[in-house]
Amino acid sequence: MPRILLNLIVHHLHLSSASKMENLLGLTGKDFTIVAASKAAMRGATILKASDDKTRSLNKNTLMAFSGEAGDTVHFAEFVQANIQLYSMRNDTELGPPAVASFVRGELARSLRSKKPYTVNLLLGGYDPITKKPHLFWLDYLASVAPLPYAAHGYAQYYCLSILDKHHHPDIELEQGLKILRMCTDELQRRLPIDFKGMLVKVIDKDGVREIDWDSSKAVKSA
Amino acid sequence: MARRYDSRTTIFSPEGRLYQVEYALEAISHAGTAIGILASDGIVLAAERKVTSKLLEQDTSAEKLYTLNDNMICAVAGMTADANILINYARQAAQRYLLTYNEDIPCEQLVRRLCDLKQGYTQHGGLRPFGVSFIYAGYDPQRQFQLYQSNPSGNYGGWKATSVGANNASAQSLLKQDYKEECNLREACGLAVKVLSKTMDSTKLSSEKIEFATVGKTKDGKIYHHLWGADEITVLLEEHGLAKKEDTEAG
Repeated sequence: MPRILLNLIVHHLHLSSASKMENLLGLTGKDFTIVAASKAAMRGATILKASDDKTRSLNKNTLMAFSGEAGDTVHFAEFVQANIQLYSMRNDTELGPPAVASFVRGELARSLRSKKPYTVNLLLGGYDPITKKPHLFWLDYLASVAPLPYAAHGYAQYYCLSILDKHHHPDIELEQGLKILRMCTDELQRRLPIDFKGMLVKVIDKDGVREIDWDSSKAVKSA
Repeated sequence: MARRYDSRTTIFSPEGRLYQVEYALEAISHAGTAIGILASDGIVLAAERKVTSKLLEQDTSAEKLYTLNDNMICAVAGMTADANILINYARQAAQRYLLTYNEDIPCEQLVRRLCDLKQGYTQHGGLRPFGVSFIYAGYDPQRQFQLYQSNPSGNYGGWKATSVGANNASAQSLLKQDYKEECNLREACGLAVKVLSKTMDSTKLSSEKIEFATVGKTKDGKIYHHLWGADEITVLLEEHGLAKKEDTEAG
């Protein structure tokens, strides 16, 4: 028992350093969900790649963004992706976002109680084609899950949630959603001491998942 | 020599048939009839009870209709003891799905899980296949109300109205004649008792001889399923003039 606790504390310490520099943002609107992830792949203070894609599409209408320990993240994401795709093939139907979230949470909870748990934090964005409703789920490596109208992982939590608290409404249009996201990413660029190489932005709606052209080149002046 | 191709379940006869499966189907065609009718706003299942006795406790012994999960029920024709094994399996599969995905299993998936098990006995052997045919009635958000039927070979199909058990051929042709697309649940219940009254041996029905169940939607959009009590069945029978008169003079 103390051994498990120790493991968790060690993992927590581990997560608190590098992976907090990885920013994940998500928000829902009237008929869409936006998911954004920072493009820098980092190891310690070094940036290894400036065009990293920290997302995977699980099926036609769900997208998962991930941060956490290098290796664990992609491995876990692709494991989940394979399982969700297997479900689609076997059953000729796609799982809705809430069902996917429950499945992912279950796998994280199982992993948490194994010898070497995945240290992965996730945002799961989706659009349910049956109920025609957008969904966003916040999950962490301790297998918590929360359905939310907007969510963040990493330092984005500290800098962006207040902006989202102020400006988000559940029935906003996509254009308005992207405007709010711009306020968030500007704030991150303004405040964070390390360049996270801009954000990769994807939208999930009735037509599936698509990438949005997101200009991160403009310098944001400090206030 | 006559028993060369039917002592094991998994051997084809020279004509390409699996005798054990056919014997199982034969056993089912002697069992009480069960029918299912799909309506626009729900589904009705009705079944004939073979074991009737004044001493039988009615409310505590369902013989042919069972709940599988919150949005699915089924009717059984064949060996009740075999059916119990399969129903237990289906209930566990449904709960396992609920645990994993936090939503109810889609109807066709549950039907297929059962049929995979049944199919196994036509190929991997064992002593005999399950001597049970099912009619399933259920609802899921993707495909709304659905009616399925399966048999001991592991085949299944979706139906608008169907029957299994004794006299199922004549029940089927009655259903074909009288089934109306877009009928509502009330009309479907009426058709169900009408068909049962014609396919069962006795002309007058009573609540001891049949079981009844419906799946439907409440006014606020919730799915319910309901196994009818004896008094509800009696009311329906009287409505359609099929109830047996209490025979007080003779008693």
